[in-house]
Amino acid sequence: MPKIKLSEYATTTIKEVCASFNHNEGELINVLHQVQHKLGYLPAEVQELVAIELNIPVAKVYGVVTFYSFFTMLPQGENPISVCMGTACYVRGAEQVLDEFRRQLKIDVGETSADGKFSLNALRCVGACGLAPVVMVGDRVHGRVSPSDVKKILAECKDGCLTHN
Amino acid sequence: MADYKMHILVCGGTGCRASQAEQIVKNFKQELAQKSLDKEIKVVTTGCFGFCEKGPVVKIIPDNTFYTQVTPQDVTDIVEEHFIKGRPLKRLLYHNPKNEFSVTSAKNIDFYKKQVRIALRNCGFINPENIEEYIARDGYAALGMALTEMTPEQAIQLVKDSGLRGRGGGGFPTGLKWEITRKVQNSQKYVVCNADEGDPGAFMDRSILEGDPHSIIEAMAICGYCIGASNGLVYIRAEYPLAIHRLKIALNQAKEYGLLGKDIMGTGFNFDIEIRYGAGAFVCGEETALIHSMEGSRGEPTFKPPFPSVSGYQGKPTNVNNVETFANIPVIFNKGAEWFNKIGTEKSRGTKVFALAGKVNNVGLIEVPMGTTLREVIFDIGGGIRGGKRFKAVQTGGPSGGCLTEKHLDTPIDYDNLILAGSMMGSGGMIVMDEDDCMVSIAKFYLEFTLDESCGKCTPCRIGNKRLFELLEKITQGKGTMQDLDRLRMLSNVIKDTSLCGLGQTSPNPVLSTLDNFYHEYVAHVNSKTCPAGQCKALLKYEVDAEMCTGCTLCFRNCPVGAITGEKKMPHYINQSLCIKCGVCYDKCKFKAISIV
Ligand SMILES: Cc1cc2nc3c(=O)[nH]c(=O)nc-3n(C[C@H](O)[C@H](O)[C@H](O)COP(=O)(O)O)c2cc1C
Ligand code: SF4
Ligand code: FES
Repeated sequence: MPKIKLSEYATTTIKEVCASFNHNEGELINVLHQVQHKLGYLPAEVQELVAIELNIPVAKVYGVVTFYSFFTMLPQGENPISVCMGTACYVRGAEQVLDEFRRQLKIDVGETSADGKFSLNALRCVGACGLAPVVMVGDRVHGRVSPSDVKKILAECKDGCLTHN
Repeated sequence: MADYKMHILVCGGTGCRASQAEQIVKNFKQELAQKSLDKEIKVVTTGCFGFCEKGPVVKIIPDNTFYTQVTPQDVTDIVEEHFIKGRPLKRLLYHNPKNEFSVTSAKNIDFYKKQVRIALRNCGFINPENIEEYIARDGYAALGMALTEMTPEQAIQLVKDSGLRGRGGGGFPTGLKWEITRKVQNSQKYVVCNADEGDPGAFMDRSILEGDPHSIIEAMAICGYCIGASNGLVYIRAEYPLAIHRLKIALNQAKEYGLLGKDIMGTGFNFDIEIRYGAGAFVCGEETALIHSMEGSRGEPTFKPPFPSVSGYQGKPTNVNNVETFANIPVIFNKGAEWFNKIGTEKSRGTKVFALAGKVNNVGLIEVPMGTTLREVIFDIGGGIRGGKRFKAVQTGGPSGGCLTEKHLDTPIDYDNLILAGSMMGSGGMIVMDEDDCMVSIAKFYLEFTLDESCGKCTPCRIGNKRLFELLEKITQGKGTMQDLDRLRMLSNVIKDTSLCGLGQTSPNPVLSTLDNFYHEYVAHVNSKTCPAGQCKALLKYEVDAEMCTGCTLCFRNCPVGAITGEKKMPHYINQSLCIKCGVCYDKCKFKAISIV
């Protein structure tokens, strides 16, 4: 992967976050949460700087980032789509819904579409099991989704439903 | 809640919020203000009512009227009918599916009749963001009593007498755990609340934190007093933003009221609570992994002993309890061990909260006395199977549990019975399956989860589960042999016996229990290359039965890939080379004209 150069903003953000936790290595997970929240994702270059700031090996940071599914090393799409694959959703047909997203977007789980508009993820139970199968687009929850709804959801995103919601 | 004549309770749990509950609250406030009723009627956002299936739910007290599936547009009508004309709005009442009568009062709804709410006592009754409402319902009285009237030993004895066992899965006696942690000498100890709730399809702990966060704070403080700790930590999933938000509010309020911090209630007892975030790893629910995660490392379990009670967070004695376990504590202090003892069974006292989901009519959060049978839960409370299908299995214990069948329906639910039946209590996920669910696929689904979540530290779990998964995949693709079935069983037993932590030790349970209870289904996949439930794609084909087809075009309109052709009122046809076997046509057809062959 080509190296990316961190922007001024990214560098100061990381330094500030680490400082707010007193550069304490025990706070690594909290640091990563905040950095990801502010920068969107945690590429290798970000991890390197976090390691320097907390004075720990990069391998430790990398080990933690890759261990927890909440952390991502890839940028997410404008419309991050998460299909719930918790058991309640699975038994009500979440897999077919996920397959349909794969097919329509031509990307696999964990990938972002070439135009950067969509990324696709599977997650485990968002706690709206009564509405299963559940799909989240950003913070918006779609309930009782069937494969034939997928097209509509994608079209809504393209119309920018996210902006007025 | 004294100043207002009436209250409108609107469920603000995650499920109902997803269906615009917030807008409903806004509309109520606006409507009441317009009609100048806002001095008499108060709108309260509460935690989960449990009846998620029919959400968003609105309840009016004191008359207990229960409105289901409310939309923001319904608000004007409710205010007009209920508050101005003084009669319930029929259209939104719950309809008893058995006799089509509408039910006005929440108390008369089958879903609630058999429930006993201890851990969920405040969920759906109080505004979780207001400490006063918690206090009005005996909140913090238990802490006051423990601090001022009891020694730590007496308080521990009370918990022991109650017979409360851990609700996080293992069922370890809570009082005993507290006693062990108390006896370890150390000036620094920790109380940890395990709110990781990794079981997919389970949302008990989250609902408690969203609906009644103060009960957890109060219980943790009592625990701190008992074991001699002045620091508490809540380890919560970052995927639970609403629970985190409400917990933070509750912590701040408790500090403001002097119920956390230094010299609580002037007794000289200090206790404070911090939040630690998980980051999406199921294994972090295991207590040693959880502790490593709180220390900022990868959440890999370590060998026990030493137990956390002896050496936990930062190497200090640490008492780890589950959210629901804690939620029981204040009530036990307020009502006494004897009262608690009367509920439940001999070896499992009290109640258990379950997240009932899957193919039942009433998906939701329920709490029943231990000893209630699966049949009562699924058919009385859950309202039976959706769409008139046949019950096939119920899965308890999440990825560590097993599938129980018809013959287990009358088993009283408690820790020991579920283990005897080949499953386990787990944290409380309960997934109901019907005749359309392929048990081999279900086993594969759980294994896929385990594979994702195995921390990789030990070989049997990391590699063994992968091989199990591959065998199951082979079988669902119709390439399995009878030998593979023996291999599945043998490998499962090896993994169980040799894995380091609870995750690996229980991960083959879904495989073993389906092999035990649904062996014929495995055999069908292997020998006749068919999937009896019609779920395994590689083994099935959708076809239109020309005689049954009325040409209604519903399938044609719904097929996502345009594989269906046909004229109106003429039999349709499925082009097999285009069909992606999604099953939409099968689900949509009203004339049973689509068959799986
Ligand atoms: C793989 C695995 C996952 C677990 N997940 C959870 C969980 O999500 N929540 C929980 O409270 N306990 C979980 N536990 C159980 C904890 O290790 C621990 O026993 C429990 O938190 C103790 O609390 P209790 O005595 O109040 O039940 C898990 C155990 C294992 C082996
Ligand atoms: S059993 Fe699995 S999850 Fe547990 S320590 Fe071993 S590899 Fe990790
Ligand atoms: S399993 Fe999908 S929301 Fe719970």
